[in-house]
Amino acid sequence: MTGYQEIYTDPSYFGQIVINTNVHIGNYGTLAQENESNNVQIKGMICQAFSEVFSRGNDAISLQKYLENANITAITDIDTRALVQHIRKNGAMNAVISSEIHEIDFLKNHLENTPNMAGLELASHVSTQEPYYWGNSESKYKVAVLDFGIKKNILRNFEKNNLFCKVFPAKTTFQEMELWQPNAYFLSNGPGDPAPMQYAIDTAKAILNANKPLFGICLGQQLLALAVGLSTYKLHHGHRGLNHPVKNLETGKCEMTSQNHGFGVSEFDVAKSKHVKTTHINLNDNSIEGLRVMDKPAFSVQYHPEASPGTHDSEYLFKKFVEMMN
Amino acid sequence: MPRNKNIKSVLIIGSGPIIIGQACEFDYSGSQAVRSLKEEGIEVILINSNPATIMTDPTFADHIYLKPLTKKSIIEILKNHKIDAVLPTMGGQTALNLAIDCHKAGIWENFNVKIIGVDLLAVETTEDREKFRLKMHELGANVCKGRTATSFLEGKKIAQEIGFPLVLRPSYTLGGTGGGFVDSAEQFNDALTHALKASPIHEVLVEQSIMGWKEFELELLRDANENIIIICSIENFDPMGIHTGDSITVAPAMTLSDVQYQRMRDLAIKCMNGIGQYAGGCNIQFSMHPETEEIIVIEINPRVSRSSALASKATGYPIAKISAKLALGYTLDELKNQITQTTSAYFEPSIDYVVVKVPRWNFDKFPGADKRLGLQMKSVGEAMGIGRNFQEALQKACQSLENRRNGLGADGKELTDQAKILESLEFPSADRVFHIKDAFTMGISFRTIQKLTKIDKWFLNQVQELAFLDKEIQQFSIDNISPELLLKAKQKGYADRQIAHLLRCLESQIYQKRQDLGIKRLYKMVDTCAAEFEAKTPYFYSTFSGISLENPKNSYNESIPSTKKKIIILGAGPNRIGQGIEFDYCCVHGVLAVKELGYEAIMINCNPETVSTDFDIADKLYFEPVFWEHIYDIILHEKPEGVIVQLGGQTALKLAEKLNRYGIKIIGTSYKALDLAEDRERFSMLLKENDIPYPEFVAVRTAEEALEVSKTLEFPLLVRPSYVLGGQKMKIVIDEQELEQHVVEVLNDFPDNNILIDRFLDNAIEAEADAICDGETVYIIGIMEHVEPAGIHSGDSNALLPPFSLSPMLMEQIAKHTKKIAMALETRGLINIQFAIKNNKVYIIEANPRASRTVPFICKAYQKPYIKFATQIMTGDRKLSDFDLDKSATSYFIPVKQSDKQDAKQGYAIKQPVFSFNKFPNVNKELGPEMKSTGEAIYFIEDLQDDVFLNIYEERNLYLSR
Repeated sequence: MTGYQEIYTDPSYFGQIVINTNVHIGNYGTLAQENESNNVQIKGMICQAFSEVFSRGNDAISLQKYLENANITAITDIDTRALVQHIRKNGAMNAVISSEIHEIDFLKNHLENTPNMAGLELASHVSTQEPYYWGNSESKYKVAVLDFGIKKNILRNFEKNNLFCKVFPAKTTFQEMELWQPNAYFLSNGPGDPAPMQYAIDTAKAILNANKPLFGICLGQQLLALAVGLSTYKLHHGHRGLNHPVKNLETGKCEMTSQNHGFGVSEFDVAKSKHVKTTHINLNDNSIEGLRVMDKPAFSVQYHPEASPGTHDSEYLFKKFVEMMN
Repeated sequence: MPRNKNIKSVLIIGSGPIIIGQACEFDYSGSQAVRSLKEEGIEVILINSNPATIMTDPTFADHIYLKPLTKKSIIEILKNHKIDAVLPTMGGQTALNLAIDCHKAGIWENFNVKIIGVDLLAVETTEDREKFRLKMHELGANVCKGRTATSFLEGKKIAQEIGFPLVLRPSYTLGGTGGGFVDSAEQFNDALTHALKASPIHEVLVEQSIMGWKEFELELLRDANENIIIICSIENFDPMGIHTGDSITVAPAMTLSDVQYQRMRDLAIKCMNGIGQYAGGCNIQFSMHPETEEIIVIEINPRVSRSSALASKATGYPIAKISAKLALGYTLDELKNQITQTTSAYFEPSIDYVVVKVPRWNFDKFPGADKRLGLQMKSVGEAMGIGRNFQEALQKACQSLENRRNGLGADGKELTDQAKILESLEFPSADRVFHIKDAFTMGISFRTIQKLTKIDKWFLNQVQELAFLDKEIQQFSIDNISPELLLKAKQKGYADRQIAHLLRCLESQIYQKRQDLGIKRLYKMVDTCAAEFEAKTPYFYSTFSGISLENPKNSYNESIPSTKKKIIILGAGPNRIGQGIEFDYCCVHGVLAVKELGYEAIMINCNPETVSTDFDIADKLYFEPVFWEHIYDIILHEKPEGVIVQLGGQTALKLAEKLNRYGIKIIGTSYKALDLAEDRERFSMLLKENDIPYPEFVAVRTAEEALEVSKTLEFPLLVRPSYVLGGQKMKIVIDEQELEQHVVEVLNDFPDNNILIDRFLDNAIEAEADAICDGETVYIIGIMEHVEPAGIHSGDSNALLPPFSLSPMLMEQIAKHTKKIAMALETRGLINIQFAIKNNKVYIIEANPRASRTVPFICKAYQKPYIKFATQIMTGDRKLSDFDLDKSATSYFIPVKQSDKQDAKQGYAIKQPVFSFNKFPNVNKELGPEMKSTGEAIYFIEDLQDDVFLNIYEERNLYLSR
């Protein structure tokens, strides 16, 4: 599986330690234009076989250098497969990597004092501080993008669909955004637990009440669900990687999707709800992958249609969003 | 979309005899397809002329036709059965071509047969280079610049337009036959003439050369709902310019970024959707410019291919099995991942290991052949290594090759002649990767090596690291090498033997040292999903990654031995001439027979093209080199009742000596007897004691002794090393000069072997018998008479079952000798004995107490599961009397019957050898004691007046050489 650089710079991975199951990491170096945000977002990296030598054109720099520049600790020659099996059995957990402190008890203590991801609000830490613009300013349509840790490739996809975006800090209210008179709203992906993000849930409610077109990705889907009264929960171990099978229930077609989420929308609540309809499901575990709000121009997906890394199977969703503005 | 209920019966077309470019991978795909369709309750009818295939076993399909792959046979089948659909994608290009021929003749239409699993238009588009170019152009995919020529003049004109270097690709040929690179105008005329001739429709594509670009392959599956998944990405270590079948290939791709990979994936999907509408598999080859990253589509195969077999073994995803279901109308989301059984078949496998395939060449069998690698495939087999890094996988693949090396170098057999190394780098031939390492060892610069090979720097660096590690290890001895360095070497795939060579000590010392340090093999599972989901599939490989020196007990081993009684079956390793699909057939039946007795059957093999390495054949599969160290560790880990060596050809048999030395039980005939049969001198004593005639012979160790011997034995003489298979280095010599020359050659290749010099029985009839012995009685399963006179290797002879010209008196001699020898050798299981008959006297040429190449043929011709019987006798659980066998004195005269209409007193099966000489245009087609055929077909005749037989009989002396 390819795409390590995109993963390390995805803000949804903010603060996490990433285990790479692919054996060789670093083998094709890094390229500045393949970042998904302005920073390396992960806290640590674990791999099986790290390559200092890489194969790529002249603009590339090695992953070693790249991680050094970002001051990220990485560890190699680890049995990543055994580690994945451990997590599969015991669930996602906090971890510590140390190159200097060797006292196990000290590290254990450090680990115990690290907060659990559940209940953690992280989106505002990675969100932009100031609004900025992206895309074609001449466009017929303007999209207000709420940034909870957005990946650049979402914005690149909006641009590809000839949209003009204004990216707002996470805590911007509906009223403030409405001043820009957008045609539609977008709730981005991002790290952490959606439940404590009351500010964002309120914004989503306001957008829905105003009957404005709304699209949410990943964390965006969870916020939309919370806004219509559904609950979310922490998965035993999240969906990560770029080969998650999803079926579109409206067309019957399947998509190979890129995923990165540790929380999900309650299947039970969705089944009960009269406000939403499931549009996509995960073919491995039947979890909710896509929702549509009845009688409102609002929809969302749990996976990443912008991919990067991952397939381009789901790019049609961006077109669907544009159609909603027509 | 659920499956199409209108399809109740399906015809599957096999790929026929093994030839270069089309080997036993199609038995693997065919048998998976048969089982997959049977699961759906479909009546399966099968045609294949290759008897040594699992797919043609009666336990698999409902109706089997061991007939030539011709329109005539197809019509006959369609007249006998109501067939709803034909699935032609499982039998390689041969099956597709036959399906197209039938389509053009309107046969499918006449019999109302639906073609499933492929779109014939897509085949035409992808096979016809011009249509392919136009289609790719229409889809916006880049292809090489070039045009098709149907005449010499046209070809010259195109060449002038494009300029050199150029590539010539004849249309409709297998494995690129007749194609090649042309660097200059001087070479062009000859090459073009040759290429035009090679194409059956005299059409050649003249194309821009993209030599040195990176080469990749993607394996795709699509269902009727247009859902497409990529099962595997494969990167070629050897860049463009060497046929992918002759390239070292690696999965997953090593040097692709996600951006590049997704561009390739998008293009692949566009191409597959663009060429036609069908549900099934597809293989697409791409090349990418290493700097500009421009991607070009090279080739599309809209069917199951050699690469899909590799991709299936590499990922665990059973492509053929799923494609067969897709052809019935199922969609991917309706099917389960066969490995996890809980997740979806609509899934792209993620792999947390590296797979390296290394081709196996057999140039030594084709003297005079152009050994340079190019667009035409020349390898005869392949081995696959699985490891937790590229180097470990590469070393394991090299250890699997059985090319008398112990992995990649570090064995004292390195090339040290700089000029030779440089030449090998620039003009690749067999095993170039060994020379790349030698080049680094010698100190040739990275830049030069890259310039000559054009191999990606990441790969070259991996090989360079190994060369440096050799040097690092050499500085130490067994006493002072650090545990860390020893572990590092093992993690990079070094065999104990390689380390022992570098440390100048014994293999057993290394073994002991690492046992003491806790550096023991770990076993990991191939599960399609990098451990994300739980899988129970018992498909394992070994690694040294994940070992903690401080706390070895913390290492995580996934293969947990059961408490059941177990038997290990050793496979035959990579295909080569003389040891091919026949032995895999025997291994699979051995596995099934052992399972039936209630043992846990454990298979060890490293050939990705085989049925024996399918994850649901054995109870447990270790995809490991059939190499001592790996086998011994598995034995220690699993503690089996014993090991079966007599089904996996010479590869498995050769390990008997060491197994015996280490006190491991060999199931069946003992090592002592195996050794006795190979030791010509002791064996002759045994013959003498039993009053059985044999040609006079003498064993020698030098050319001088040989010349001395020739004074007493008369020329012609037969010269050969002992302990070899397929008549390797066996030759008939007619004078002293030839004798000396050949003896020296043999000594060079097999320094420690005895050389046998036999009196050659000129113009004798050759025959062979296969038998099963349980220690008390001997049952002859079949006697075959060769059509060609003695002197042509049995594998290259046409042969008839039962014999066509031997008198009852001779047959009785053969039977008597066979029984005596089988008993004298205390055989438990199978034995094959070869005879030469001259002046009404039967001489013994050799005896092999193991499954022979002819056993599968006999099983098929007589429709009896003899390998099962033999295996259950080997284990000691059954006796010959437990089976339903015709024990009359004349059982070995039994005629074979293909249909009920046939006269019960006549009927023969002809074993017809098939050669791949067209891959080696300059090779002399003459036949001799060294085997050259790559495969065989079965042909049933009702009587000896049959035209096919008469023709073979007339030509019997045509290709005989001395």
